[in-house]
Amino acid sequence: MAGAAVRIERVVARYPGADRNAVDDVSLDVAAGELVVLLGPSGCGKSTLLRTINRLVVPEAGRIEVDGRDVNETPPETLRRGIGYVIQAVGLFPHMTIGRNVAVVPELLGWERERIARRVDELLALVGLDPARHRDRLPRELSGGEQQRAGVARALAAEPRVLLMDEPFGAVDALVRASLQDETLRIHAALGTTIFFVTHDVDEALRIADRIVVMAAGKIVQADVPLRLLAHPATPYVERLLDARDAVRRLQLMRVRDAMAAPGGATQGTIDADASLREALTAFLEGAERVAVTGAATGSLGFDDVRRALARAEA
Amino acid sequence: MNYLVRHPEDVGFRLLQHVEIVAVALFVACAIALPLGVLAARRPRLRAALLGTFGVIYTLPSLAVFALLIPAFGLGLVTTVVALVAYSQMILIRAVTVGLAEVPAAMREAALGIGMTPLQAFWRVELPQALPVVLGGVRLATVATISIATLAGKIDAGGLGALLFAGLDNDDPGRIVAGSVAAAALAIAADLALRGIERGAAVRAR
Repeated sequence: MAGAAVRIERVVARYPGADRNAVDDVSLDVAAGELVVLLGPSGCGKSTLLRTINRLVVPEAGRIEVDGRDVNETPPETLRRGIGYVIQAVGLFPHMTIGRNVAVVPELLGWERERIARRVDELLALVGLDPARHRDRLPRELSGGEQQRAGVARALAAEPRVLLMDEPFGAVDALVRASLQDETLRIHAALGTTIFFVTHDVDEALRIADRIVVMAAGKIVQADVPLRLLAHPATPYVERLLDARDAVRRLQLMRVRDAMAAPGGATQGTIDADASLREALTAFLEGAERVAVTGAATGSLGFDDVRRALARAEA
Repeated sequence: MNYLVRHPEDVGFRLLQHVEIVAVALFVACAIALPLGVLAARRPRLRAALLGTFGVIYTLPSLAVFALLIPAFGLGLVTTVVALVAYSQMILIRAVTVGLAEVPAAMREAALGIGMTPLQAFWRVELPQALPVVLGGVRLATVATISIATLAGKIDAGGLGALLFAGLDNDDPGRIVAGSVAAAALAIAADLALRGIERGAAVRAR
């Protein structure tokens, strides 16, 4: 079940009584299967923009298409059953077991009981929960991270082609958040679902995004792949927000295999070809002149190679 | 106590009558208060108006309310039920509005966001979570209604009040005690039973 393309065209949204537009003439084309992060401080309109896609917020103007089809052509309930929605913490219904929470959308769609039961177990396993252990628990009996996993499972239940995630990992601690981010990337790779991910956490955005859409005051300031955003911030605001002058941050997004030279020369120690250049930097700071690259590609890497790669990224 | 031992069938008959009055009154009261409470939960002005109105009724002495209603509805069951219903509205409507208001708005949003209709969101998500508070209100209303329903005895509608007032009129402490004890026992039993149900609902909802 691959993702759907989403086209947002000149969308304006305003809350009743507000003195300015929450989303102000925003256009964005998202390819099928893309993982787009909407990034910005609270009040920048990122959540509102997200919620126009499943019509929880009705735009004053503009047009949104999912798979080439105007979202207004589909009744809101039908539309939403085909679009996964994950929100922070409170998303799970506390009076239902985890299994019943995950089963909500398939039940709304009228699936047969056995198919639902099978799907629930499949999904819990997909998000890293043990069906036998967690299915019949209530949400409050799970840890924050486990609840968030269950929330993702619920959103994926009816095989949506688009998944909306609104600060989904904001309430869990850093370690758990990192593992949930990995999980999200794994699921994204496995299912190819188009994902919109709202966050104000820059590191989270850099870590998971195919493309980052930076927003401020209801408008898109810049939208690009993480590395190019860091290398070429369009405005001082973006530069500050991303802390783009920090070269180490950029190195984190670059892989050893893309910077390495041919094997040879004296090396001290090894590094994996898929490791980040930031990890390589650590090796150099700890005294190595050159390290051997192993794993998916082989070669060698010195500090000069890192420098050159950084310069190339900025060009 | 003697009367209770010597005339169990009379006490039993009055007790059944009492249960019947309370049951009818509570049924009607809930049928009115639930929809009103749901309507008022997200409409602050309607809520203030309803609670204000029924709050005033709630403060009136119950005997006065019965007396005021007799010209309109006469002696008997109708006046009793109308009075009991009017009394319990305050408790019930407040419980329903508070219970629903305590459900986080984000919860409703989540329900709608994954594709429930507003009606489905209400029945499947909002009401189940409001249920412990609503049931708490029903319990309070039940106990109050059992107590106030003794006044039915004064206006020919029967119940344990009939026993009580007959005792008063005939200077017969036996009947007064029998009526009072039976009414208190009924209230305690109802309270305990409803507390059990409430706990069951709370376990699910919290």
